[in-house]
Amino acid sequence: MISVKGLIKSFGDLEVLKGISTKVDAGQVIAVIGPSGSGKSTFLRCLNKLEEPTGGIVEIAGFSITDKKADIRAARQEIGMVFQHFHLFPHLTVLGNLTYAPMKVKGESKAQAEEKARTLLKRVGLSEKEDSYPASLSGGQKQRVAIARALAMEPKLMLFDEPTSALDPEMVKEVLDVMKDLAKSGMTMIVVTHEMGFAREVADRVLFLDQGKLVEEGTPDEFFGSPKTHRARDFLEKVL
Amino acid sequence: MNLDFTQMTPYIPYMLEGIWVTLKFVAVALLIGALIGTLLALFKISGPAPLRAFAIAYTSIFRGTPLILQLMLIYFAVPQLTGYDITPFLSAITAFGLNSAAYISEIIRAGIQAVDKGQVEAAQALGVPYRAMMKDIILPQAFKNILPALMNEVITLTKESALVSTIGYLDLMRRAQVVGASMYRQFEPLLFVGLIYWVLVMILTLIGRKIERRLKASDIR
Repeated sequence: MISVKGLIKSFGDLEVLKGISTKVDAGQVIAVIGPSGSGKSTFLRCLNKLEEPTGGIVEIAGFSITDKKADIRAARQEIGMVFQHFHLFPHLTVLGNLTYAPMKVKGESKAQAEEKARTLLKRVGLSEKEDSYPASLSGGQKQRVAIARALAMEPKLMLFDEPTSALDPEMVKEVLDVMKDLAKSGMTMIVVTHEMGFAREVADRVLFLDQGKLVEEGTPDEFFGSPKTHRARDFLEKVL
Repeated sequence: MNLDFTQMTPYIPYMLEGIWVTLKFVAVALLIGALIGTLLALFKISGPAPLRAFAIAYTSIFRGTPLILQLMLIYFAVPQLTGYDITPFLSAITAFGLNSAAYISEIIRAGIQAVDKGQVEAAQALGVPYRAMMKDIILPQAFKNILPALMNEVITLTKESALVSTIGYLDLMRRAQVVGASMYRQFEPLLFVGLIYWVLVMILTLIGRKIERRLKASDIR
């Protein structure tokens, strides 16, 4: 599903990603963790080209993202993304947020898009909010709408960029529950997160990034149980 | 107190005609300003370096010198340099149009740039094409930022339009002066057009508020 080879990303003189390589199979849930500034968000954003990779090869959902001729818009339709700060469209209702892209980008009819949107809203537990505007929702509700908005495009995989970091503590669970449910349904997911509990419980594999390098990778049991590198041990000591 | 409005009565239709004259030229100037201003704003946001430099220099000059100077330059310099006898109306819409373009370009630029960058990213991540994103996502939000400032600009322009009386354009202000001169009473006609300006501005303010309220519908909790 995803193949990354020697991914490099520089901002000017600052090299944020220093050659990252990994592979993800369909249906896998990957947790990307690491200290702040380690490049984990940049790594995620390189996958759908919100950041332009400086070097390396990224292949994802059948598209060569790093190929200059790649149809990046077509690729992005297959790659759902959920942001830390939701980025819902504030001038559209919840239903409008969910139906806009399917209608505009995939040419779905309004009835078709709305039917799917309602199913998704039911799935994230927000059926009664379809006519609300984002400003009237809580953080947890906004993020659940954002997940539903991404799913409305029927993507092959989902990227999550610290989806619970901007939430009040009592709202973290409702978002994680939706994500767990999604993982169970077989969705391929890459989740940049500080939620070690989620990584441990849901992820098939953990990627540990530090200073722009993929320092360690393994199953949650291996990684949390017996980290191989001292940088991972240091990090875990601080966060657990 | 020596106020007598009755003497003014025969002149009232003449002065009221000035409303139309003033509004006509303000509207044309605003249209010119909006067109050039939008273009300048686009240059500033995403134009190539020379165009961006031009837009910035343009704004700096037109905002950095008095409007009455620009008006006089156009009205007096054009005949002197080219021999073309420019009419007061043409001078007025040119000076006011070019001047408000500078202000409007800043209003539009700031309005677009104030839209959260995350909105662009969210649209991109969904595969929304650039034009649709601008039209459906960015501009509607930018418009909400732009409108109050734009309404302000319209109001300023309406009031500042009185400056064209200095080049003999028969707007509201000029008409008050003409009436004052022929009646040998200045105060009453000045007060009368003052009231008209105020009513015009109030109407514009109310329209602006109404539109703003409608646009704010999505912000109400």
